[in-house]
Amino acid sequence: MTTLDKRSAGSPSPASGRLAGGRRSPRNLHPLAWWTWALALATAASRTTNPLLLLLVLAVLGYVVTARRTDAPWARGFGYYLGLALTVVAIRVVFRCVFATGITPHDHLLFSLPHIPTPAWYAGIEIGGPVSLEATLSAAFDGLRLACLICCIGAANTLANPKRALRVLPAALYELGVAVTVSLSVAPQLVQSVQRVARARRLRAGRTKGVRALRSIVVPVLEDALERSLHLAAAMDSRGYGRAGTATRRSRRTTGALMLLGMCGLCAGVYGLLDGTAPAVLGLPALVAGAVLCAAGLALGGRRVRRTSYRPDRWRAAEFGVAGCGVAAAVLLFGTVGYDATELNPSLYPLTWPSLPLVPVLALLLAGAAGAIAPPPGRTPGPATPPRPRPADGTRHRRTAVDRATSDRATSDRTEPDRTTTEVSK
Amino acid sequence: MIRFDRVGVVYEGRDAPVLREVDLHVPEGELCLVVGRTGVGKSTLLGAVNGLVPHFTGGTLRGRVTVDGRDTAHHPPRELADVVGVVGQDPLAGFVTDTVEEELAYAMEQLAVPPEVMRKRVEEILDLLGLADLRHRALHELSGGQQQRVAIGSVLTAHPRVLVLDEPTSALDPTAAEEVLAAITRLVHDLGVTVLLAEHRLERVVQYADRVAYLPGDGTVVHGPPAEVFRGTAIAPPVVELGRLAGWSPLPLSVRDARRAAAPLRETLAARPAPAPRRGAAEGDTVLFAERIVVRYGPVTAVREVGLELRAGQVTALMGRNGSGKSSLLWALQGSGPRQGGSVRVVREDGRPPKDPKRVSAAEARRLVGLVPQTPTDLLYLESVAQELAQSDLESGREPAAEAGPTARRILDRLAPGIPDDTHPRDLSEGQKLALVLAIQLAAAPRVVLLDEPTRGLDYHAKEALTGIVAALAAEGRTVVVSTHDVEFVASAADRVLVMAEGEIVADGRTDEVIVASPTFAPQAAKILAPLPYLTVHQVAQALESAGAAR
Repeated sequence: MTTLDKRSAGSPSPASGRLAGGRRSPRNLHPLAWWTWALALATAASRTTNPLLLLLVLAVLGYVVTARRTDAPWARGFGYYLGLALTVVAIRVVFRCVFATGITPHDHLLFSLPHIPTPAWYAGIEIGGPVSLEATLSAAFDGLRLACLICCIGAANTLANPKRALRVLPAALYELGVAVTVSLSVAPQLVQSVQRVARARRLRAGRTKGVRALRSIVVPVLEDALERSLHLAAAMDSRGYGRAGTATRRSRRTTGALMLLGMCGLCAGVYGLLDGTAPAVLGLPALVAGAVLCAAGLALGGRRVRRTSYRPDRWRAAEFGVAGCGVAAAVLLFGTVGYDATELNPSLYPLTWPSLPLVPVLALLLAGAAGAIAPPPGRTPGPATPPRPRPADGTRHRRTAVDRATSDRATSDRTEPDRTTTEVSK
Repeated sequence: MIRFDRVGVVYEGRDAPVLREVDLHVPEGELCLVVGRTGVGKSTLLGAVNGLVPHFTGGTLRGRVTVDGRDTAHHPPRELADVVGVVGQDPLAGFVTDTVEEELAYAMEQLAVPPEVMRKRVEEILDLLGLADLRHRALHELSGGQQQRVAIGSVLTAHPRVLVLDEPTSALDPTAAEEVLAAITRLVHDLGVTVLLAEHRLERVVQYADRVAYLPGDGTVVHGPPAEVFRGTAIAPPVVELGRLAGWSPLPLSVRDARRAAAPLRETLAARPAPAPRRGAAEGDTVLFAERIVVRYGPVTAVREVGLELRAGQVTALMGRNGSGKSSLLWALQGSGPRQGGSVRVVREDGRPPKDPKRVSAAEARRLVGLVPQTPTDLLYLESVAQELAQSDLESGREPAAEAGPTARRILDRLAPGIPDDTHPRDLSEGQKLALVLAIQLAAAPRVVLLDEPTRGLDYHAKEALTGIVAALAAEGRTVVVSTHDVEFVASAADRVLVMAEGEIVADGRTDEVIVASPTFAPQAAKILAPLPYLTVHQVAQALESAGAAR
């Protein structure tokens, strides 16, 4: 916390301090910190089917996302993830109801669906029939766990700028990052292109349905996209993308082999850890070995790349705090110390009300503390005072709406904290 | 700084070389203007400077190109990135990142410039190009002029000693173009950057050039001081043409020089009546009535209660800065675009009651109003010109006239003769593509023809051809509306000018009345000969001719 105190004390701009609500100047957290936090929370959630704990996870995610997201376009997506998660729960429950299996006579029957007889060779699966409370609940809790995982990933995407997250990729994976970045920016252009061509089609009064119509839209759009990607490739080339590396054929092969082995190790390790019945050697040892091999491969591959990055995100106390909260929660839920492991997976046979074990609750609340530890988010790319009317020929009109929606003071607010942080680091 | 030594370029599968025996030397700190018609190899010449030709485009390059002592044969474009900065025609197509600041830093990141230096240079470039207010903005939100300045800035941060610009202002309105050109000249004067610049609308840049490289079309390059080279070029800005016509020496390159030389000419011309700028056809009845048109996109109103009447035989130019609602108005008039309010009525030839193109089928709307969109290629999707034309006849529901062949083909031959049937539409030049799409639209025989920015990317000859086409359409009794930024084109082609701003029509009147009065819109001839009511060099030539005949 000393860094934080020093920064606010040394801040030359009282305005930025006030903006932050008194103490901390707003800035964007390192994307890796949010990702670590979210993945750790997902790991923790994967340990339990206790609905109370899972709902607590959702509450924690909701709190942190509302408290610490920016007003950038990607930050508005959490609602969609939530919707996706609910759909997953619903699908899971519906499937369990329709393909009802393993219903014991002691179950509480809710209602009965019409039973569809299946052929003899298909006897293992029944369609329809009685629906029991136990089966439905187990499906719902399972779905809820999956929903929590989805929401964790969604939260990470909402809290950290995905493009900045790609920038922290190791140097050896830089090309991959660029490819993803470029495709991210191409997608909206493609949509715009399709709209434009579809609109232009009416001018020729061409058919609007069928294969021919599809062709008359797809051909110009693809030609457009191809032309644009050629332009982009030429532009990137002439701006120094992919400048001489010193990679020899041998070092490239070694890198490839290391990465492949490492990935295998990681997969085996994750499988071993998550599946309790797997032999112990598949667990932690495989994971560690895989990680080491991958790291070696990345380091070797990264050596041939010479590049610097502009205004890199720094890893400070707040980042340690946020990532630490998440990891601590995961460790506590895996540790099974101070509470009974069965409390994480409450029994449905017989049906009991799930208990709320103290340690896991505290662990999840600790993860929620990340929302308080992280500094308030910096202003995102918002427009300054519009200097003059935006160009808005044709499809471009929409951007003016975005301009107006965001406030005018964005730029000055955002530069200040950055300047102070550089001073502190010197 | 840049040296071409007996350079020849041949692309694969072509017989004739694009460039041959080119010897060109551009010393440090000069602004060299590359001039020539479309397709003579300007882009090839520019691309050869940083090695995109032949490393990226393919083909064979003979001879030697050296930049700052580095031979492009041994240095691919990425290895020249610290010496040569390249800016293309469409800035959006070349952006890699998505905010202004990151885009400015991109090239430096590739060159492994230390972070502290990067930070400093970004701030410097932001100030130099006046982009400081935009630093966190998303690139696609910027106006065209701002985007182009960011594109220039993004190569400047690498501190290149040479800047290569391929038609940087062709997509911009006059004000935005001024903005970009001012930035470029400032770089030449303040930083000593060597600039190689290709540009179609010469009237904007010729006064800033120290040297002109002219490509006559046979693959060679003629270069020298502008006043000398322009004596014999096939294309020239109006100021040069006027100078040639009046026999001034040295040739004036700026309006200021020309005005000083023009005093005697003005006296001669003042003595006789000015001929009409366009031999306008007799204006007929009103064919399109539009009342209180409103176009909105979400909360933004693009067109605000615009009323308009168009008469047969009239050519109307629609002007105004980017985003003033020109395209939206045209699309609303055609009926294919959105329209939230107002009415459009198009009079039909056979005397039936007028129709609103939005309330009829697309095929019917097409017969009432024809529109050529800003990117004409959006309408093309077949493999050959012949297929496109045949499809167009099918769409218009016209029976091919037995004696003259298919309708669309006949129209195309009149607009742009000599386009072979089996050519792929994408291989046509900009002007030919425009003619093809226009022919496709005209096959439906609409009485109202709307052209959205057709002058983009056209050279002087193609523009002249377009002027002829537009005049012919008007003479057939159609009404033509052309939205454009090109004042010289408006001066020679239009009878009437509408100026839009913020979705409203702010000026409506005869061409000479509207554009002469405006400081941004006045064509060069008008600026030189003011207060005489001349708009084009062509008019001056006519006046001088009749003066000679009278004598």
